[in-house]
Amino acid sequence: MKIEILGMGCAKCKQLMANAEKAVKDAGVQAEVVKVEDMNQIVGYGIMTTPALVVDGKVLSAGKLLSADEIVKFIGKKGP
Amino acid sequence: MIKPIIDWLVYEILKMPHGAIISEAVDFFLYDTIKIFLLLIVIIFIVSIIRTFFSPEKTRAILSNKRTYTGNVLASLLGIVTPFCSCSAVPLFLGFVEAGVPLGVTFSFLVASPMINEVALVMLWGMFGWKVALLYIGSGLVVAIASGIVIGHLKVEDLVEKFDHKKPGSFIPGAVMTMKDRIDFAKEYTLDILKKIWIYVVIGIGLGAWIHGYVPADFLAKFAGRDNWFAVPLATLVGIPLYSNAAGVIPLVSALTEKGVALGTALAFMMAVTALSLPEFLILRRVMKLKLLVIFASIVGIGIIMTGYLFNFILR
Repeated sequence: MKIEILGMGCAKCKQLMANAEKAVKDAGVQAEVVKVEDMNQIVGYGIMTTPALVVDGKVLSAGKLLSADEIVKFIGKKGP
Repeated sequence: MIKPIIDWLVYEILKMPHGAIISEAVDFFLYDTIKIFLLLIVIIFIVSIIRTFFSPEKTRAILSNKRTYTGNVLASLLGIVTPFCSCSAVPLFLGFVEAGVPLGVTFSFLVASPMINEVALVMLWGMFGWKVALLYIGSGLVVAIASGIVIGHLKVEDLVEKFDHKKPGSFIPGAVMTMKDRIDFAKEYTLDILKKIWIYVVIGIGLGAWIHGYVPADFLAKFAGRDNWFAVPLATLVGIPLYSNAAGVIPLVSALTEKGVALGTALAFMMAVTALSLPEFLILRRVMKLKLLVIFASIVGIGIIMTGYLFNFILR
């Protein structure tokens, strides 16, 4: 699974990145979390508010700082 | 309602002397602080509930392919209720323009959105009364609509930086929010804003109370009164670097108007603080050529200055 965090370096984007990493651990899934800061790519997803969460190329949330628990709901089964 | 409680606290409990400047300043400070924070909590909460019914994506869909005039009016109105932070200015700008929202209409949105915001409104209402708050909304809308129309007529589309990316998808937030989601969001948002601004509010009101008590009335009339034509443009210029401190600036300005600063000058200053922001310009520089940025700032600046003169003229 590939999780992308879209955002141009705002405080909320960094926090979302940290939450996503925690969520991956909590959910116990195999996933790669990457940060996307390039604007061309961000705009390419059609979002207009950052930070955004993209899982396997699909935008799941934009303009919202999701908690780790909320991300777990997106990426799979509840923790161990 | 709050006033008698504060008076009782200051004069009976703290036993401060009646009529002394210090008692009056403390009374003023406590009253304003409590009033403003109550207003902030209530208004920001209500506004954020309203905001959950809007999103930049929905606004874009409404505005795409709208014509000048109708589009500018709609964009300015939507700018008030659409959640937007200047950190998202770039994707928002590109998203609008590429979805066929005319450039002038996009600019109307970009002017109205930061200028008419809930914090500025609460501060204006609390410190100046609802008439001035309404005046601010009204003239803010006019400046946003007019600036957008002018920029639309200038045909400056070639000054938008070219971006090379795949055709953007059109993400629409899918999940339907329940009332509980909306309330949770509003609670979180209200706390977020309060955390960010409370210190500026307290400092602003504190300085305001000090000015209220210690600076002689009409002290500033000579420099910033109605008859000094230079005060309005100067106030507008000074307002540009003060972004994000609207919360602290407004109580200060309120105290200054008591000391002779004309109201139109004060309004121009507050509009410049909120609508013309240096950090936002730096962000927008990534999507527009410097020339467009200068055109944008100048037109909005001129609009603000004209508003300032107008109010100095009619509020005699």
